[in-house]
Amino acid sequence: MSLPSGYRFTKEHEWVKLEGNKARVGITDYAQTELGDVVFVELPETGKSVKQGTPFSSVESVKAVSDVYSPIDGSVTEVNSALSDSPQLINQEPYTTGWMAIIDVADPAQLEKLMTGEQYQSYLSEIAK
Amino acid sequence: MNAEVSEHDSKSATNSEADKSNSATAGTAAKQTPLFKEHQRLGARFTEFSGWTMPISYSGIVDEHKSVRSLAGLFDVSHMGEIRVTGKNALPYLQYVTTNDVSKLKIGEAQYSLLLNPKGGVVDDIIVYRMAEQDYLLCVNAGNTSKDWDWLQSQNSIGAALENQSAAFGQLALQGPHSRQILSQYLDQHPGEYSVDNFRPFTFRTVRHKVDGIGIAELIIACTGYTGEDGFEIFCPTEATAEIWRGLLDVGAPLGLKAIGLGARDTLRLEVCYPLHGHELRDDVSALSSGVGWVIKFDKGEFIGREALLNEKTSNTGSKLVGIEVIDRGIVRDGAKLFTPEKKEIGWVTSGTKTPTVDKAIGLAFVQPGQAALGTQLFADVRGKLLNVQVIRKPFYKRL
Repeated sequence: MSLPSGYRFTKEHEWVKLEGNKARVGITDYAQTELGDVVFVELPETGKSVKQGTPFSSVESVKAVSDVYSPIDGSVTEVNSALSDSPQLINQEPYTTGWMAIIDVADPAQLEKLMTGEQYQSYLSEIAK
Repeated sequence: MNAEVSEHDSKSATNSEADKSNSATAGTAAKQTPLFKEHQRLGARFTEFSGWTMPISYSGIVDEHKSVRSLAGLFDVSHMGEIRVTGKNALPYLQYVTTNDVSKLKIGEAQYSLLLNPKGGVVDDIIVYRMAEQDYLLCVNAGNTSKDWDWLQSQNSIGAALENQSAAFGQLALQGPHSRQILSQYLDQHPGEYSVDNFRPFTFRTVRHKVDGIGIAELIIACTGYTGEDGFEIFCPTEATAEIWRGLLDVGAPLGLKAIGLGARDTLRLEVCYPLHGHELRDDVSALSSGVGWVIKFDKGEFIGREALLNEKTSNTGSKLVGIEVIDRGIVRDGAKLFTPEKKEIGWVTSGTKTPTVDKAIGLAFVQPGQAALGTQLFADVRGKLLNVQVIRKPFYKRL
């Protein structure tokens, strides 16, 4: 799956897409491939404030639980309730219908410091070695 | 996200079917079955299991699990161990070291059984095949092969002839509604004097079959399995394994046959509540707790562990293995502690996940005897959060 344009990425394999003053977040195709079939997603409550680099959600596969780290500071305004009945959306369309949460951005400058698609692609090649 | 975080800590003493490196052989290179290159060719994701590099999945655990339930699946189980017991002392020896009644086996029949230690804990769960008059084959768990071999030798004062034949055998499991047809079509490629008609569970047939590149190979085909579906387990000479694997996949492809990894093997057996050694069967837990009383034949005569179990039977204080389902949102996994609503700790989860056919978070657990009734409400500690679970009927799935 090629990386969508206009997204930013973290070393922990989360993606962020700026939409006005809000950011939509999820996990990358690399992350969902590593995880395997997602069977359960634990999403935060709306209104919860999140800090960059701390876990705000978890994704469970048949074999394991993985924490998902917030890529930015802010507060959660919306979560993807479709993931309750259809956690597999994260596997099928990690960058679109498999989105996890929308966060009110506290500091837009934080986003600029995250990896671009190109940088994330290089990062993936590095860790593959 | 942290792709490494796992409830299945590789340092734990449990022996999960699908992950964990074998701490007993730390420093030794992991072993490969004869099918390693086949798995690579199919794009398998690998894991270390009991000192073996094994495929955890190919197309994905959920897809593979569903394929076995509705069509058919082929598993590499060559890592399992095989121990041969022969001679005039074979029967009395096996009667002594196993719990089931070996004298009931006719040639061509097999039985599920247990090796117990003197305290009544489970050394291993095994299948015993009667090959000939004074000739028995034991199939043992991959993670316990060395332990079992040492144990069996140490208990052999009667002097049965024992041989560890694990290196000589490869093994495949063909499971699912189409498995019978696939096996029949596979064998029909080189018709011989055998059939799969009326092939009943826990019987086996020895078949001499022409295998390309090998010649005539002797196959032991047993109507047994670990998935809850119709199916067969095929023992073959090590050097024939890859060719038979490819041959079955070819013949079975039009019927939906796929390669299945250890991940789905675990979800399949969990749905039918088959125990896994290291989880529901343990050296340090009485066999009477594990729901396998049906293979413990107290009346057959003396066997290792009999006295300890009889003593326990009268006191009835041992824990009980129950099935649970998760009521709150979440998944409980092996190792999670269980509490009453009053926060009293009364047991722990031995296996648990959300499985594809049953499609809910389920598990098996040891609980104190008073907490085993159907409908009992309990709480599981899942990473610091208490999730409501309840005791439900086993098995969670029955094939149609």
